[in-house]
Amino acid sequence: MTAPLLEVDDLHTTFRTPRGAMRAVDGVSLSLAAGETLGIVGESGSGKSVLGRTIMGLITNGPATQVTGSVRLAGVDVHGVKQARRRELWGTTVAMVFQDPMTSLNPVKRVGLHLTESLRLHRGLSKGAARERAVELLRQVGIPEPARRAGQYPHELSGGMRQRVVIAMALACDPQLLIADEPTTALDVTVQKQILDLLQSLAERLDMATILVSHDLGTVAGRTDRVAVMYAGRVAESAATDAVFGTPRHPYSQALIESIPSIESRPHSLLATIEGSPPNMLAPPAGCRFAARCRYAVDRCRVEAPALEPRGAAAGSVVACHFPLTAPLQHQRQEVGA
Amino acid sequence: MTRKLALRVGELVLVLLIVSLGVFSLMALLPGDPAVAILGAGQPPEAYTELRQQLGLDEPTFSRYLDWLASAVQGDLGRSVVPPQSEVVDRIVSALPVSLQIAVMGLVMAMVIAVPVAMWSAYHEGGKVDRLIGAGTFALLSVPSFLAGLLLIMLVVNGTGWFPRSEWVRLGEGDLLGNLHHAFLPALTVALAELAMFARVLRGDLITTLREDFILAARAKGMPPLRVLFSDALRPSSFSLVTLMGLSLGRLIGSTVIVEYLFSLPGMGSLVVNAANQGDFPMVQGAVLVIAVLYVLINAGIDLSYGYLDPRTRRAHV
Amino acid sequence: MPMSELTQPEAPSSAGAEDTPVRGAEPPESAALAPAAATDAPVARPRRTTVLLGAGLAVVGLALLVVGLLAPLVTVAKLALVLVGLLLAGAGGSRLGRAVAGPGFDLTYWLAMAWLVLLVGVALLAPVLPFAEHEDVASTLLEEPFTRPDLTSEHPLGTNGFGLDLLARSVYGARSSLLIALSAVVIGTVIGGAIGLLAGYFQKSVDRVVGVLTNSLLAVPPLILLIALATVLEPKLRNIAFSLALLTIPSMVRLARATTMAYANREFVVAARALGATRGRIMLRELLPNVLLPIVSLAIVMISILIVAEASLSFLGLGIQPPAPTWGNMIAEGEGDVFQEHPQIVLVPGAFLFLTVFAFNLVGEKARARWDSRSVKL
Repeated sequence: MTAPLLEVDDLHTTFRTPRGAMRAVDGVSLSLAAGETLGIVGESGSGKSVLGRTIMGLITNGPATQVTGSVRLAGVDVHGVKQARRRELWGTTVAMVFQDPMTSLNPVKRVGLHLTESLRLHRGLSKGAARERAVELLRQVGIPEPARRAGQYPHELSGGMRQRVVIAMALACDPQLLIADEPTTALDVTVQKQILDLLQSLAERLDMATILVSHDLGTVAGRTDRVAVMYAGRVAESAATDAVFGTPRHPYSQALIESIPSIESRPHSLLATIEGSPPNMLAPPAGCRFAARCRYAVDRCRVEAPALEPRGAAAGSVVACHFPLTAPLQHQRQEVGA
Repeated sequence: MTRKLALRVGELVLVLLIVSLGVFSLMALLPGDPAVAILGAGQPPEAYTELRQQLGLDEPTFSRYLDWLASAVQGDLGRSVVPPQSEVVDRIVSALPVSLQIAVMGLVMAMVIAVPVAMWSAYHEGGKVDRLIGAGTFALLSVPSFLAGLLLIMLVVNGTGWFPRSEWVRLGEGDLLGNLHHAFLPALTVALAELAMFARVLRGDLITTLREDFILAARAKGMPPLRVLFSDALRPSSFSLVTLMGLSLGRLIGSTVIVEYLFSLPGMGSLVVNAANQGDFPMVQGAVLVIAVLYVLINAGIDLSYGYLDPRTRRAHV
Repeated sequence: MPMSELTQPEAPSSAGAEDTPVRGAEPPESAALAPAAATDAPVARPRRTTVLLGAGLAVVGLALLVVGLLAPLVTVAKLALVLVGLLLAGAGGSRLGRAVAGPGFDLTYWLAMAWLVLLVGVALLAPVLPFAEHEDVASTLLEEPFTRPDLTSEHPLGTNGFGLDLLARSVYGARSSLLIALSAVVIGTVIGGAIGLLAGYFQKSVDRVVGVLTNSLLAVPPLILLIALATVLEPKLRNIAFSLALLTIPSMVRLARATTMAYANREFVVAARALGATRGRIMLRELLPNVLLPIVSLAIVMISILIVAEASLSFLGLGIQPPAPTWGNMIAEGEGDVFQEHPQIVLVPGAFLFLTVFAFNLVGEKARARWDSRSVKL
């Protein structure tokens, strides 16, 4: 087996805030082969966006941040090299699609310039060639009249169109890894599926590895090879997507799946929710971080933090729970409070 | 849109009319007989009569205003009452370029210093240098320009002798270098008053801009940091700089006046201050009117330029 | 144009140069936040150390400062001692203050307040304090002119060309400066605030007329307006205060108008109207209290602008006439070649002016940050 495209080992990202150290990412390891797709799922504040940015090296050691552990991307130690070397990776080896297309395009730059500037920087294209390629990219992401659109300003485009531009921007220099950070959260429901489909088909066509970060398990279902469920800065469970949906082994994964609204649920039935709120990341609890909200938690869970281990399931599947669930999930909802 | 524009122009004209009325009626604030106030007591009676006639004081006030305004529009602002009684307009025409040069040079210098300082400060937000710059600019805000000018003279002129204290070489007399040499210190003094405010506001704005997603997106494309700062962050922040220029224009004119007086430069400031000290009303009136008209027009121009700078308002505004 | 309209909320109220050396050594506040886990001992100990360290630094700094000021040394050595002393005292005081009063303690702010209180107190009491002669040239004919500042002598800050005491003149200058600026601000705030409130409440034609008039007043640059008025008005305290008040009115009108408009359609106003409250009652009871705080904080910032304006006018020879002292005309005495040889002529009143303006700016900035609702944009 060749070396994986991305290898993350025991990664910690800690922000120094006036109120103390905040461990946004607290010991995450994962790996990704070329062309593979990984979903990272968790509530807001679970550290998934920070993880994405740390993998890329957008967040790195600085006066207010501490990063330990290692990220190897296409053979390069992202946090061990100089800023300039890291910048060479951005756009060409790894690229990112951001959450809100309303804010991730510069309002005073024309759409075309967003694409051509990186083409000219990384590929050394001439002005004309970059422009041609930019129009081609816009066509590729399904923007009608790409030549005209390239001359417009971002505010003249709809949200869905802008997100397509952001995707085109990320694809401009053929990255091997695309990190899509909640790419559909800010979009209308009707557009969400189009964008996800676009990302999926582009990834397949270009043989590009993808990390799809989302707070919504439903988004990654059927679109990724594997899923890592994050909770409070740590990976709670990581396995093949089908396995997680079929037999979630971590109570948190189970709760997440149960809270996906389903077409079969009866009208006016209450949606399952997860009681409580995520722990304070300035002072995370000892033991399992989900213990306070876990319906199965026992005393041991509150004192001893479970390690992320295979715990007897299929290869490539790990879970951080002392008492992993074993039964396949019944895709039926109890009626709450009826 | 045309209606809006017409309304704006209408208001502009109205404001200018009110200002001219105010400037004209300044003389009404004079206690007692203006002629006596100007010449002082103890002159022969004919002198007062003559001056009254020259100023048209015998006619009714409003018709005097109309006459004054009519000739002002035609470029005649009357004569100075202080020997050599030169034409007010001539004096203004010769003084205005000096003031404009000082003001513009000061503004440019303030920008040239403030923009990189603000960028450095914003880019290293919270760092030691940033906090030092914050403290320094805040302190600088509290130094009135005449004090700054005097201190500069003390340090630079007397300390090193590199720059002249008070002569002036007119632009257009061939000696550009000599002109710049003489204009440097006055312009720097003007700049000091402005740059602290520019740097502070721009820093605050840049920090907000630097937190935007599009900055992260630009970085994630592999753009070099300096390029991100200049091409992505500075331009969206420049609106507030333009607003600021509009707002600080009044202060700029004020410090230009003081600096000219301080360095004895033959500009509008010296003109108006000396005229005020000598009680030369026609001169003060003319100079104030010209400055006010310029001020109003420049402000209107700045208002219009927003539309150009921000494509989002290009349609909505104008 | 008043700078008050331009200050950014993001700009930290700054002037934190003395914070710099202190950082790193702060007590671990995270420990205090962690529930239950924090016992008293680990929190208390670093705090006691900080107090001691801060006090020690402050004492050493002040000692150096005093030595620097009083000891018969070379100017360079004196300057160095004073600077180092100030830095140390600042660092120590800041540390001490934070340990005692919590991490929000801002030494510069309290120093600024102390300066203002001291200045106002001394200015008020000036006639009964044992100052040397400040104005009567005839009585100082025998005094030596241009004595150098010497803290141990009869004229601690030196004398001017007529042998008048610079400290006394600066204090009396503070009297007129503060009196003029404060009364101008009060007049301007009351008139401007009232007009703005009316314009914001009645809107329509009242607002339009007020708008045009405000714009006309703003159409003349502030200093030019002052000079124009100074040409025709006698340079008396009352007249100068009136001219300066005129300067503050437009900004006050704008702020009061904008704030009133922001509140005029809020539920509590609508409710009061529905209950049959009269216009006057609504304006006084419902709107005024909300308009007051932003206006007052603008007024504080305005004070420093007016102090500068008054000083500029005096400097140009258009304000209070010498020998009556103001900071502006005192500084003007240094014009020409005088201040080359006798820098104290400029530096003493300059320092008073700078410190006072700085203090008002700092206090005003704080007040604005706290009271000026951000929803109201001018």
